[in-house]
Amino acid sequence: MKEEHFQKQIDTEQKIEPKDWMPEQYRKHLIRQISQHAHSEVIGMQPEGNWITRAPSLRAKMILLAKVQDEAGHGLYLYSACETLGISREELVQQLHDEKAKYSSIFNYPTLTWADMGAIGWLVDGAAIVNQVSLQRTSYGPYSRAMIKICKEESFHQRQGYEIMAEMAKGTPEQKTMAQDALNRFWWPSIMMFGPQDSESPRTGNAMKWKIKRQTNDELRQSFIDKTVGQAEIIGLKIPDPDLKWNEEREHYDFGEMDWEEFWNVVNGNGPCNKQRLAHHKKAHDEGEWVRNAAQEYAKKHESATN
Amino acid sequence: MNSLIQYTLRIADSSLILGQRMSQWCSNGPTLEEDIAMSNIALDSFGQANGFYEYAAQLDGSRSADELAFKRNEREFFNHQLSEQENGNFGTTTVRNFLHDAFNFLFYTELASSKDETLAALSAKSLKEVKYHLRHSSNWLIRLGDGTQESNMKVQESLNFLWQYTGEIFEMDEIDNEMLDAGVGVDNNKLRKGWDEIINSTIEKAKLTRPVDGYMANGSKKGIHTEHLGFLLAEMQFLPRAYPDAKW
Amino acid sequence: MAKNATVWEVFIQSKNGLAHKHAGNVHAADKIMALENARELYTRRNEGSCIWVVKSSEIVSSETEDSEAFFDPSNDKMYRHPTFYTMPEGSKHI
Repeated sequence: MKEEHFQKQIDTEQKIEPKDWMPEQYRKHLIRQISQHAHSEVIGMQPEGNWITRAPSLRAKMILLAKVQDEAGHGLYLYSACETLGISREELVQQLHDEKAKYSSIFNYPTLTWADMGAIGWLVDGAAIVNQVSLQRTSYGPYSRAMIKICKEESFHQRQGYEIMAEMAKGTPEQKTMAQDALNRFWWPSIMMFGPQDSESPRTGNAMKWKIKRQTNDELRQSFIDKTVGQAEIIGLKIPDPDLKWNEEREHYDFGEMDWEEFWNVVNGNGPCNKQRLAHHKKAHDEGEWVRNAAQEYAKKHESATN
Repeated sequence: MNSLIQYTLRIADSSLILGQRMSQWCSNGPTLEEDIAMSNIALDSFGQANGFYEYAAQLDGSRSADELAFKRNEREFFNHQLSEQENGNFGTTTVRNFLHDAFNFLFYTELASSKDETLAALSAKSLKEVKYHLRHSSNWLIRLGDGTQESNMKVQESLNFLWQYTGEIFEMDEIDNEMLDAGVGVDNNKLRKGWDEIINSTIEKAKLTRPVDGYMANGSKKGIHTEHLGFLLAEMQFLPRAYPDAKW
Repeated sequence: MAKNATVWEVFIQSKNGLAHKHAGNVHAADKIMALENARELYTRRNEGSCIWVVKSSEIVSSETEDSEAFFDPSNDKMYRHPTFYTMPEGSKHI
């Protein structure tokens, strides 16, 4: 009876809110998906935060900092949405530290040059946008509202990255080389952001039935590629996929095979920066403990005045 | 160099260097909320720096704001030595910012009445932001000072260490005096009383002890800095210096 | 070891004359920091002229429309935060 009512809400595009009954699997799936999304935003601050102190102009510095700050904000919106499902942020962070929760693999790649800021903004945020626009219609109310807010802020992120790439591509020979090199290193990892192929993705079934996901991995991946090829052409950079070709019949771009070995390696903890990203997060958390303790102690001492 | 340009650069440099220090906290904050707060402070500082650099560039006529920020070397920077001090732990950062925010608040309040319209306008705008910075650093200083025994010890230690950088911020050299006489600049000596009031009342709430004045560092107005600035500039200026013909 | 931070729900009035709207939550140890954190997180793009913060534990919620028909009478807290429950000192994994 409850299941039927719940599925009816889903089928008639009603939002599920925190107080509604929901199958335990739905709740668990959402906690995993939303928290991993949140963790990704926060971990993602590291590869980009890496270049703030070295940004080559005052404007570039401010824009990059604002962008990374937005990522922190997105993490907060998502942790906030996840907490409505009956779990604390502290517990979620513990899951991240215990490696029980994952985050987007793209952030396990290093940012080696300033051009990587362009590549990440253009490709990684671009891929995220494709995914997030779709998620705006997700069935769980708080998640949907968080995604709408995030999408509003996200388009400046992609433009920032694309602008960097465009300027470099038409700049000095060294700049053009740097930009092409960044594209070469970030193209495939960006494609991998959409996850395994639908045929290899075990949770897609329920996710689609419960309208947590509105489109499949392959659909989203195709959408991203179709959008991005033209963008690369306009700025004179070459996408490192020799099999990339417009297919008149399908009305989509055909593209090459992903390196699935690399994909699973990085997902399972064997990427260039996996250990580093987690260690950084743990360190910041541990070093902040005395501060959090102090704030709580102060609040306790001044209970009436501050609460 | 023209005194007005120099005077403006001093302000811009302190904002830039403090902003650079604050931006190093990105992804390292004790909470996600505080990470965002510190990034906001960094952004405000960069915005202030940009405003003053643009004015200096306008007056200078031969260099852009970016060239002023990225192509001058250690002995040509005039930021307060206080602003270049390392972040250390969250307590050190809080103390450094608090001491500087209190000064900035009083300084911009005065400079907002400058006869130089641009400096006055930039100050009025910066003042709004600095009021918030001061509130933020004060709130944290109080919570850390009156928090746990550990937090109290940590911030007292930071306060004791950073105190030596609070002397030169009130210095009046020949450029300051020239600007003051022209109705453009601020009498830093007059700021001392207000600064002491802010410091003393906050330190008291924070259950801390005001350090006794000992050796006071000085020289930033003549481009004399601590060893930190060299490293800070090397990192910050690397790209424009490595690719002098590039536009970003 | 710090216990879980206090969770505060944030309501923003974007423009004078409009009603406050729920924006999400922030963590903070006390109400002053909660307000500051809310400002940092939710009003960076000039989206706010007034901010309210309320401890999540203080929110009282009505039941949803059909809940009477399906559920046992339940508590009326809007969000199922585990922090609402005080656990005995020393208890783990709960």
